[in-house]
Amino acid sequence: MAFPRPRPARPELPRQRVQTLKCGQGAVRAARFNADGNYCLTCGSDKTLKLWNPHKGTALRTYQGHGYEVLDAAGSSDNSQICSGGADKSVALWDVTTGQVVRKYRGHAGKVSCVQFNEEGTVIVSGSIDSTVRCWDCRSRRPDPIQVLDEAKDGISSVKLSAYEILTGSVDGRVRRYDLRAGQLCSDYIGSPITSVCFSKDGQCVLASSLDSTLRLLDKDTGELLGEYTGHRSTTYRLDCVLNEQDTHVGCASEDGHVYFWDLVEGSLALSLPVGQGVVQSLAFHPRLPCLLVATQGQVTLWREDSFQPEGDPD
Amino acid sequence: AAAESSDSEEEDLVSYGSALQPLQEGERIKKPVPLQEQTVKDAKGRYQRFHGAFTGGFSAGYFNTVGTKEGWTPSAFVSSRQKRADKTVFGPEDFMDEEDLSEFGIAPKDITTTEDFASKAKDRIKEKARQIAGVIAPIPGTTACDDLIGPSKTTIGFELLRKMGWKEGQGIGPRVKRKPCRQKPDPTVKIYGCALPPGLSEGSEDEEDEYQPENVTFAPKDVMPVDLTPKENVHGLGYKGLDPSQALFGVSGREHLNLFTGGSEETSNLLGDLRPSKGRKLGITGQAFGVGALEEEDDDIYATDTLSKYDTVLKDEEPGDGLYGWTAPKEYKSKKRPEREFKYIGKILDGFSLASKSSAPIKIYPPPSLPRNYRPVHYFQPVITAGSENCGLQKALEESTGKPESDPTQQSRHALNAAQRREQLGETELKAPVPSVLEYLSEKDRERLKEMKQASEQQMKAKTVSQQSRSSRFQPASPEDATHKWQMLLGGQVANAGSSDFKPFAKNPEKQKRYENFVKSLKQGEKVDTLERFLDPNMTEWERGREQEEFFRAAMFYRSSNSVLSSRFTRAKYEDDVDKVEVPRDQENDIDDKETAVKMKMFGKLTRDKFEWHPDKLLCKRFNVRDPYPDSSVVGLPKVKRDKYSVFNFLTVPEPTTSVTQATNEKIQESNSLNKPKKPSRWDVSDKEKEKKDSISEFISLTRLKADVQQQPPVLATKECGTGTSEILPTQVTNEDKNLEEESGRPPMDLFKAIFVSSSDEKSSSSEEESDEEQQPTTSERESETTKQVDVLGSSSSNVQESVTATTDSGISSLPNSKQELDATEEFGPKLPPAFSSGRFCKHLDRKEKHRKIRERHKTKKERKRKKEKKKKHKKQKNKGKHKNKKSEKDSSSDTTDSSDSLSDMDTTGLSPKELLRR
Repeated sequence: MAFPRPRPARPELPRQRVQTLKCGQGAVRAARFNADGNYCLTCGSDKTLKLWNPHKGTALRTYQGHGYEVLDAAGSSDNSQICSGGADKSVALWDVTTGQVVRKYRGHAGKVSCVQFNEEGTVIVSGSIDSTVRCWDCRSRRPDPIQVLDEAKDGISSVKLSAYEILTGSVDGRVRRYDLRAGQLCSDYIGSPITSVCFSKDGQCVLASSLDSTLRLLDKDTGELLGEYTGHRSTTYRLDCVLNEQDTHVGCASEDGHVYFWDLVEGSLALSLPVGQGVVQSLAFHPRLPCLLVATQGQVTLWREDSFQPEGDPD
Repeated sequence: AAAESSDSEEEDLVSYGSALQPLQEGERIKKPVPLQEQTVKDAKGRYQRFHGAFTGGFSAGYFNTVGTKEGWTPSAFVSSRQKRADKTVFGPEDFMDEEDLSEFGIAPKDITTTEDFASKAKDRIKEKARQIAGVIAPIPGTTACDDLIGPSKTTIGFELLRKMGWKEGQGIGPRVKRKPCRQKPDPTVKIYGCALPPGLSEGSEDEEDEYQPENVTFAPKDVMPVDLTPKENVHGLGYKGLDPSQALFGVSGREHLNLFTGGSEETSNLLGDLRPSKGRKLGITGQAFGVGALEEEDDDIYATDTLSKYDTVLKDEEPGDGLYGWTAPKEYKSKKRPEREFKYIGKILDGFSLASKSSAPIKIYPPPSLPRNYRPVHYFQPVITAGSENCGLQKALEESTGKPESDPTQQSRHALNAAQRREQLGETELKAPVPSVLEYLSEKDRERLKEMKQASEQQMKAKTVSQQSRSSRFQPASPEDATHKWQMLLGGQVANAGSSDFKPFAKNPEKQKRYENFVKSLKQGEKVDTLERFLDPNMTEWERGREQEEFFRAAMFYRSSNSVLSSRFTRAKYEDDVDKVEVPRDQENDIDDKETAVKMKMFGKLTRDKFEWHPDKLLCKRFNVRDPYPDSSVVGLPKVKRDKYSVFNFLTVPEPTTSVTQATNEKIQESNSLNKPKKPSRWDVSDKEKEKKDSISEFISLTRLKADVQQQPPVLATKECGTGTSEILPTQVTNEDKNLEEESGRPPMDLFKAIFVSSSDEKSSSSEEESDEEQQPTTSERESETTKQVDVLGSSSSNVQESVTATTDSGISSLPNSKQELDATEEFGPKLPPAFSSGRFCKHLDRKEKHRKIRERHKTKKERKRKKEKKKKHKKQKNKGKHKNKKSEKDSSSDTTDSSDSLSDMDTTGLSPKELLRR
């Protein structure tokens, strides 16, 4: 498993439940893989952040220090640091091994709904319902952000970074892409409040889910609509959307307790995965494997493809 | 003039040192550099070395190393033989750095006064050196020989004096008739202490003869000025130390070597100064060896500390000037000091002397004597607002405090407002137009306040006449049009805007004039049509309307009032560029076009806004990206300055955030975009069609613009003044009205739509049949239906009308959605999913549940409203049978988007893709 496959196999979708992590953190606001997908972070509504090995189902560490619910977290590429944003309006930078808060960035006027590291782990980009995106410097000790992106007219629901871009989805129904290299801001109007955005792996497309129960795949450069995916239900909550590891399928959480997968090209529904009864709170796809992390009902489940043998080494 | 005055002020001030750099915002105060890290560098940035002999004496070496500038090669080594002998003898200067030879170095080599012009005092150093050299030299006294042999040098001063008739040994000054009577010490006073030195007591020359010829004048006696240097050493008074010249050679010719009298002043000074500069060598001037530049003088470690140095007996306090110390002779004390001066203890600075007359003592005035019944306790009077029910209490209070009864016509002072007080005091009215607090309140609140105020005033019967007249003036006005409404709104405030010196259009004098006239007439309550004449007749109607609007708004914004605030605040004296305000250069433009574009799924150019955006330099650095705008200092979106008082700056129409609903035309568009040659996605659009759409979109925006222009003034009126009031203004038009308005307002666009629909659809349907059959197996019955419908549309022109209404319907349906959106924004965007947990988190869950219930209650309310509207819609749809089917489907889907409880509907929509798959 550890070796790259000789040729691209037929893409498989996670259909089989492998692990269940009883988080005991209240509602799990977000579940996120780390950079290589070996570990995962769960953000609880009981102000804690937990680090897991989801493949073995072991909890590794609990990070306490937020003043209120933790809403999103991300790990740095070198796995040495974690950033998290919470309802206490602060962004925290954690040391993975010591479990201590290295720094806390205060400046957002509202709940911090999403955080991301840049590739080198030198900048934390956080989006908040105060309609700003703030870029915090991890290198220096300066308390104020490097830059505030306040173009959004409403709360920021999702932020993603590429090597040189900042992609934000806002409740004002726009997907904004700040291109640092070109010095450009591209604002695509979707209309309905955006709940989640993500880049495709090839960096050519942008996937945006909105509250009109629709996922849209947009061409990054022109903003043209490449695909539209419906069938799930997303009208009220901030739910995640994902692309699978090979960009062949598009997935989205739903309020009816399912996770839906569509064929990216055809737009047809490929899989409707019954995960639980309640709203699927968060979704994360493994960066390399057909492996899905689903947070629902206060627990996190790990799903693998059918051919996966649970007794074998998970990674 | 102001600048000059400030300049002169600056000149008056004397500033010491260099000012600290102003701290930047957010910058932390720098910590002071600790002592061990403080370094001193010379002009070339090299570290100064402060080590003494131990590490090399001179600042030797090269950059504090043992190397040299040339490395390890000694600079003396020259390969050529001829040059070798040139520099064999090194002076200390050869090992010095150039800064040591500079003006402030240890061996300065700069222009100095030559011996001819140098004063004697400066000469002394050399003299000393020479003398010491003479002493220390192997053959003592050689320098004396030098003196004999060498030509004696006299300074220019000596020569000048000599030419004026001065002889050595004489004093300087006008010649005197008689020798002044020398003061003799009082014989009654005993002199204690050591004998006075012979130089000071001129007794030796006292044996003058009484006979003095009349015509003989004498030169004044050469006076050795009294040396007032304080005694710093621990030697006894007058001790001069052993003069080597005296001790060794007996030059003075005295039999007895007296340490206390010493030789001439010169030699004694010489010795005294000699002590610190021990080990001085010839040829080098200045201090070099032994003592570093920053070190204090070496302690005399060999000095012995004996008891004799210390006092053993306590004596009187020493009187002051420290000239003689506490061992000063008694007569010195008694003569020089009157009793008064003993008050002053301490030393007097050089150049100062004690005042002979003491300043007059400070008079102290006793505090006023307090009245006998005074109690030193303050108590606060309760402030009682004058009201009907408070009257009695107030009166009682006034009586109790013994306050004189105010005359009945006048209210108590608490009832007065600022204006009344001002009148009583006879002050002039403030000129500054300061907005009152009232203006920050919403219309409704203001209205309510007004009512309350009036009611209370009537109670108090203190209503002023002016107010009455004002209210009566505006009561009969019936709000027929927008201007009347404006007048209603402005009426009260504009009435007292008369004194306003505010000029919102100062930049444009004509406009300002028009504005003033306008306001004046507005105050007099004229009607709109008469108001119109103040506007520029050359302007178009629309421009005039716009200007009128602007004037109204300006009058609204900037009316003055004599409220309490006006006394609290003053205007800023210096305003920097007040009439400009920073506005983002590009703004995301009108959403309506995008809305329609999204409905038609024409993502791309129509829905995209591209802006120039400047990332922060540091951000670029952190992202390892080259700064795209290396020269610009802008961060974020570039901003431009706009006219601040252009009212239309403030009129950014709030974007109606309507969620995307499935429009009737949507499916047509969908099918429309099916045929796509190059890209694999079925939603792509061919280039040709894109072009068409672009032109179409232009058309849309054009027609939009027209419609907007027509609609704008009333829209603005309703938007701006109707922030809270629903009763005065016709803002809250019923939905039907609005729909009607829309329908009437936008025929051209709909017309376009109809045209567009028919033309492009034919093509798409045909192309779909041709090419896309195997590529698109997912064509649903919907599409076929739409194509069918379109066919019909194309055939009959009446159907075009129908489709028009259908599209407007979609506009209607967006209305409740926007409301829902509003609710969503109240909750700040999409909510977090509810917590599902067991046991421990019960409380949390409960709270959530409560929230939910509330929300649901909200929802049901909304639901009801929506249902009503839907019913209306259904009614409309009933006459169009063809649309009915599709409509219902649409409604169901919108239901799923609107409410989460209709699960069955959701299922159908959830299934539909599956069905599609099957086919």
